[in-house]
Amino acid sequence: MRKRDYYLTGVTLIILAIFLYIADMYFDAYIVRILNLCAIYTILGLSMNLINGFTGLFSLGHAGFMAIGAYTTAILTLSVDAKAQNFFMEPIIAPLANVEWPFFPALLLAGILSALVGFLIGAPALRLKGDYLAIATLGFAEIIRVIFTNTQNITNGALGLKRIPPYTNLWWSYGIAVFTIAIMVLLINSSYGRAFKAIREDEIAAESMGINLFKHKVMSFTIGAFFAGIGGGLLGNLLGTIDPAMFKFTLTFNILLIIVLGGMGSITGTVISAFLVTISLEALRFLDQPINLGFFVIPGVAGMRMVVFSVLLMIVVLFYRHGLMGNKEFNWDKFLQVIKFKKPLLKGGKN
Amino acid sequence: MEMLRTENVTMQFGGLTAVKDFNLTLNKGEIVALIGPNGAGKTTAFNIITGVYKPTTGKIYYKGKDITNMGPHNITKLGIARTFQNIRLFKNLSVLDNVLIANHLHVKSNLFEALLRVPKYKNEDRKMLKKSLDLLEMVGLIDVKDEKSSSLPYGMQRRLEIARALATEPEVLLLDEPAAGMNPKETEDLTKFIKQIRDDFDLTIFMIEHHMQVVMGISERIYVLDYGITIAHGSPNEIQSNQRVIEAYLGVDDNA
Repeated sequence: MRKRDYYLTGVTLIILAIFLYIADMYFDAYIVRILNLCAIYTILGLSMNLINGFTGLFSLGHAGFMAIGAYTTAILTLSVDAKAQNFFMEPIIAPLANVEWPFFPALLLAGILSALVGFLIGAPALRLKGDYLAIATLGFAEIIRVIFTNTQNITNGALGLKRIPPYTNLWWSYGIAVFTIAIMVLLINSSYGRAFKAIREDEIAAESMGINLFKHKVMSFTIGAFFAGIGGGLLGNLLGTIDPAMFKFTLTFNILLIIVLGGMGSITGTVISAFLVTISLEALRFLDQPINLGFFVIPGVAGMRMVVFSVLLMIVVLFYRHGLMGNKEFNWDKFLQVIKFKKPLLKGGKN
Repeated sequence: MEMLRTENVTMQFGGLTAVKDFNLTLNKGEIVALIGPNGAGKTTAFNIITGVYKPTTGKIYYKGKDITNMGPHNITKLGIARTFQNIRLFKNLSVLDNVLIANHLHVKSNLFEALLRVPKYKNEDRKMLKKSLDLLEMVGLIDVKDEKSSSLPYGMQRRLEIARALATEPEVLLLDEPAAGMNPKETEDLTKFIKQIRDDFDLTIFMIEHHMQVVMGISERIYVLDYGITIAHGSPNEIQSNQRVIEAYLGVDDNA
């Protein structure tokens, strides 16, 4: 049984690798970029789902962690002359001016720094509950953004950073996405993951079962921050330019949308929904253009497509609170069953 | 041997004194009941012992150790487990998961060892799975181990809550109205069950209960609270004939 699952998972990964190879070679840059974004949003969605969906902490600070990750990776990977070019208002502080790290260590440090900040923020903020925690973490993300806007000699302030080396490719983004999924699956199915879920279900009962609420909340928050930082780093080096305005609440909202649509507390749901949302965000771009309905012309409004998502989110929250997957997960047994069930249905016509 | 002792424990919420000068002693292997009319402060007393509330004044000792200012999870680790009056299961999780979670406090592997599934963690995981399955077998819930805990009938939920508390490996078990809402048959089963777990797990049991049949049937000593004050303490027979207890429960006629 379990051997078969390992085998099937291995085959799936190989198929994914082949697909990525083909995509890397033959697909045009626009599609490759969307595929990259899908993987990055998967990482970000999973990291947020760990905090909000599995541990039940209503945190809205994701954009802050992403900003830390994106800036760390960008500053460390920018070439020395690109730095000189970027920082024309005020030169970058000395120790950072001459560093040029390879992508992987920069990304790792981005995750670690973000986790460290997560830990420092989490320690006081996680004493709060529900809405109060949401407001505190939202405030944290805004503070990070304001700090980054004003530290001209480190982040280049509101001018942002340009010419960030485009290191992020399909191999990096999907490699890390698969790694993140694996870590999440291992974590959630471990004793620690069960403790997180217990906290989500009932804090008082969890505490009286001997679970140290504070320790486990900080743990979940820090791990979430780590992966958010890495996701942010991947995003920065994919886009090539970043600036503080990118990391406004809207970014957190997009990720929240993904986990709510996919199902709070479902890894599978988050993955599916990250792809759905990212692809439809692109596919619905025509909504931002002027639309001629024949009798009436809607003028082009930038951001019109977000209305669709807001409405979708409202519908989900009102009528379909569990999202796509609820808190269910993909497993091979069910998957194979579904396939087998469908076949006779197709052949026989009626059931 | 003395397991648990409270010394003049008083709990005030603003101007309201919920529990006043509560002195309790639990000896090893005893089944002791705490009774009293609604709002007498019984659950508050439980919450003080388990660390949910810090008493305004007074001390609590567990096996001679002062636990007055310890947090709930540390008190559970020392060996005091509890159930709740209005069942607090992890509703969306399976029956088995509910019990497994109560094993988490004994996990010695750290997060990374758990993530990497090192042999040390795997070994612990196997052990807690076996222990949980044994417990479910014992309380008769093995057939429903994969069901969502909220889908169980009421009596089974109560049993599951007790099984979950037992999984923390307590020496003192606090049961908050275990027979609430049960029919006579279920109540009778529960009475036997409480005695059985006391013997099997070498427990000391302290329970709040309204059901007099249960209280008088199994408890060796009874404490009676009324408006936070301990109005009586003694064996079931003494309590049944105590004038103040009868007054507290039935009221007193001033004209008499």
